[in-house]
Amino acid sequence: MTHIVLNGEPYQLCEEKTLEELIVTLNLSGQAIAVAVNRQIVARTEWTSHYLQLQDKVDVVRAIGGG
Amino acid sequence: MQKEHTPRLIIAGKTYRSRLLVGSGKYKDLEQTRLATEASGAEIITVAIRRVNIGQDPNAPSLLDAVPPSKYTILPNSAGCYNAEDAVYTLQLGRELLGGHKLCKLEVLGDEKTLFPNMPETLKAANILVKEGFDVMVYCSDDPIQAKMLEDIGCVAIMPLASLIGSGMGILNPWNLSLIIQQATVPVLVDAGVGTASDAAIAMELGCDGVLMNTAIAGAHDPVRMARAMGLAVEAGREAFLAGRIPKKFVASASSPMVGRVV
Repeated sequence: MTHIVLNGEPYQLCEEKTLEELIVTLNLSGQAIAVAVNRQIVARTEWTSHYLQLQDKVDVVRAIGGG
Repeated sequence: MQKEHTPRLIIAGKTYRSRLLVGSGKYKDLEQTRLATEASGAEIITVAIRRVNIGQDPNAPSLLDAVPPSKYTILPNSAGCYNAEDAVYTLQLGRELLGGHKLCKLEVLGDEKTLFPNMPETLKAANILVKEGFDVMVYCSDDPIQAKMLEDIGCVAIMPLASLIGSGMGILNPWNLSLIIQQATVPVLVDAGVGTASDAAIAMELGCDGVLMNTAIAGAHDPVRMARAMGLAVEAGREAFLAGRIPKKFVASASSPMVGRVV
């Protein structure tokens, strides 16, 4: 089991090994989101090849109303 | 170099018909956001970048459905950031989210009570972002010296506050704004403080290139109508600025001739 920090909260990965798999588990595929791991942006094209590590800090963001 | 009074607003090489820029926060729902944005005539819309609420319905409508990037220029902001590092990180995420789109609104705040810009951190963040290839529109204090520093760094628009964010207090220091406008070679936009249409018109009459607002529209009793009013005010203010107002005098000047009176 790999524990990561997802959007500031502890999160336990099950079978997911890559960022792409995590996004699929979260039902966020195809959404207008951006992802960073340990504050480094990971381009959408790199999600499938980006393997998650123990204690990685993952941020998944979207656009919301603001001024 | 004197700034040219272009008929259209040009930011980072792109031309816009409207000189009103609007935020997308504080609306009742996404439909009201859509309607008010449309009524404003604005083409540049600010959005915030926030963490996804894990577990939420992924099919729920999103802000970008109401204000689609195919129709509007989306301006991700760093609202809520209190240091340069967080602001840069937030805007990097915004750029990625929008498929590499370089335009951003930098704001680094000083404290929660005033939301006044933290200028040392703003300058630091602007330096990093410009070096990373961002086109930076920057929220700043109405200090002409620091506005010049931001321009020298390479920001594409200088956006001083007219009064505190969301305060609706209007244009509190027209003299400082005028100094910034006179010296700038990039667009100057009032960002923050507008309360009603006359405030927007005054900003434009001073020679601002545009006005960015959110609360004044979203917080109005009828946001869609206020959005329309703001669009008209910005246009009227710009026309008045270009027309050149009469000088203020302390004596009257009759508009009707004295010759031919019947008395």
